[in-house]
Amino acid sequence: MTQSDILLTEAPGPVAPPVRRRRRRPLAAIPYVIIGIYLLAAAIGPFLIDYDPVATEVTERLLPPGSATESGTAWLGTDAVGRDVLAQVVYGARTSFIIGIAVVTVCCLIGVALGAIAGYSGGLPDAAISRTIDILMAFPGILLAIVIAGLLERGMHVVIIALSVGGWVGFARLSRSITMSTRERDWVDAARIMGVSRSGTLTRHIVPFLAGSVVALATIELASAVLSEAALSFLGLGLPPHIVSWGQAIAGGREHLGTAWWITVFPGIALTILVICIGLVGDRLTRRFTRKRD
Amino acid sequence: MTYFIARRLAIGLLTIWGVVTAVFIVVRLAPGDQATVALGPDASAEEIETLRAALGLDRPLVLQYLSYLGDVVRFDFGESYRFGRPAMDQVLERFPATVELTLAATVIAIIAGLILGVLAGKKPGSVLDRAVSTFTLGLQALPPFWVGIMFILIFALQLQVLPSAGGGSLSNLVLPAVTLSIPFTALVARMTRSGVVETMSEAFVQTARSKGLTETQVLTGHVVKNSLIPVVTVVGLQVGTLLGGAVIIETVFAWPGLGSLLVSAVGNRDYAVVQAATVLIALCVIVLNLAADIVNAKLDPRIRLEARR
Repeated sequence: MTQSDILLTEAPGPVAPPVRRRRRRPLAAIPYVIIGIYLLAAAIGPFLIDYDPVATEVTERLLPPGSATESGTAWLGTDAVGRDVLAQVVYGARTSFIIGIAVVTVCCLIGVALGAIAGYSGGLPDAAISRTIDILMAFPGILLAIVIAGLLERGMHVVIIALSVGGWVGFARLSRSITMSTRERDWVDAARIMGVSRSGTLTRHIVPFLAGSVVALATIELASAVLSEAALSFLGLGLPPHIVSWGQAIAGGREHLGTAWWITVFPGIALTILVICIGLVGDRLTRRFTRKRD
Repeated sequence: MTYFIARRLAIGLLTIWGVVTAVFIVVRLAPGDQATVALGPDASAEEIETLRAALGLDRPLVLQYLSYLGDVVRFDFGESYRFGRPAMDQVLERFPATVELTLAATVIAIIAGLILGVLAGKKPGSVLDRAVSTFTLGLQALPPFWVGIMFILIFALQLQVLPSAGGGSLSNLVLPAVTLSIPFTALVARMTRSGVVETMSEAFVQTARSKGLTETQVLTGHVVKNSLIPVVTVVGLQVGTLLGGAVIIETVFAWPGLGSLLVSAVGNRDYAVVQAATVLIALCVIVLNLAADIVNAKLDPRIRLEARR
């Protein structure tokens, strides 16, 4: 499910009476469990596994998975300068979550605020915001991110900014269209008549109705932010070398692909599984919060 | 219709202006301007000042911006310090390879996506449908650059049936084109599926069935044809994402196109090439989007009416 599917649907009304639950599927919990494991690994993994991103152990280069090293067993092998691949996967998870969540939070705040303002006030603010959305929709966001992250000073905040520049547009489009239809509801009129201020009407009577769809979109955007971050670090842009990331690890293993596949394969699998699970959750949320069912 | 096209054209021009301005701002914010980068770390302060003056970098920002806009209109982006020739020439030289790659990927995506979409959509809710839908969801989530490397590992290093890098021949094209097509195959498959599901409930499909046509004849003759048009237009609208993906895939496979040029220009702070490449990409996106929009509006009057509001 893509973000356009969300946009196509009608605004959600007041909370619908619970629909007859479909039969429970125990398999449905799997993506949540896997994401939970990732979060756990990202949160406490770095405390359990020591890793020095700049250390080099020449004697322990390119060891296959399961080899014994000085500091224990390298379950996923070691890379070209003797660093533990498992540690890279764990530390990379943390980087992915920090950047992904930060990007989605920034995009969500900016997008919902601008979208709600555009949809509620109409006129000039709407025209300005809508044209900005049109411009950003036309140009591929990853290219903008490559140019911004590649040319500016390296740093995590630069990556977050680079990915947010184009990322808020989806939230703004979604909030704008829902706000436009919610604006016409009776309770919004009532609030207006009772003299509730503009910002009060917006935050109290309109924004709550955005929540479900915005959460669904945020999940999908989290997956794409994680992917884009990995792509940027893979290209060697944005993050400074001392911050471990999956993209960087994958790029680092390219030279040794023929002899030491594990350097590239394991971080890539970690990335793929995480993105698929977030995508599955996002898909399900989208289906729940938009009435369209296919 | 004229109003519609004019409106789209205006948005297109606005987009180019937006991209040009954004790149201008980023270049000014970047550490080290054109002069410092071109002369390298060993240049004296005096040399840098002379080159800055020659490039006009000592003028007020507003003036720099205006003259830069003028240059963009004339398609003059200055010289690439790395190649010592006009940046636009360099970019245009790499352009055909990118067109080749994206076209090949589009063709693969449409064919594979249509097959998958029809398989899934002809019996919604069936095991096959769920299998294909899960598969396409997986396709969408795969990190393309990593898949590209896995392809190199499998087909170039292990099986040694295809070359891992470079451009020129057809065998070089296979891996990058397939890699680039993956997310679009998923997109086309999902679109085709919902199109087929919708068309299957139409009255004319009932008629075709009651005429005694076989299920295959109904599918190929009536259903697929009707769900094809939106697929093609959406592919036209997705060209931006396709080019964005190409930038990364070209780097993976050392494909001699615009994308790998852009990435290396960004890495080397070759501002002239960065600006020329982004403007050319923006132009492509806008022209193709406009074409897709027009085709779409011709086919569907609702879109024309929507634009009027």
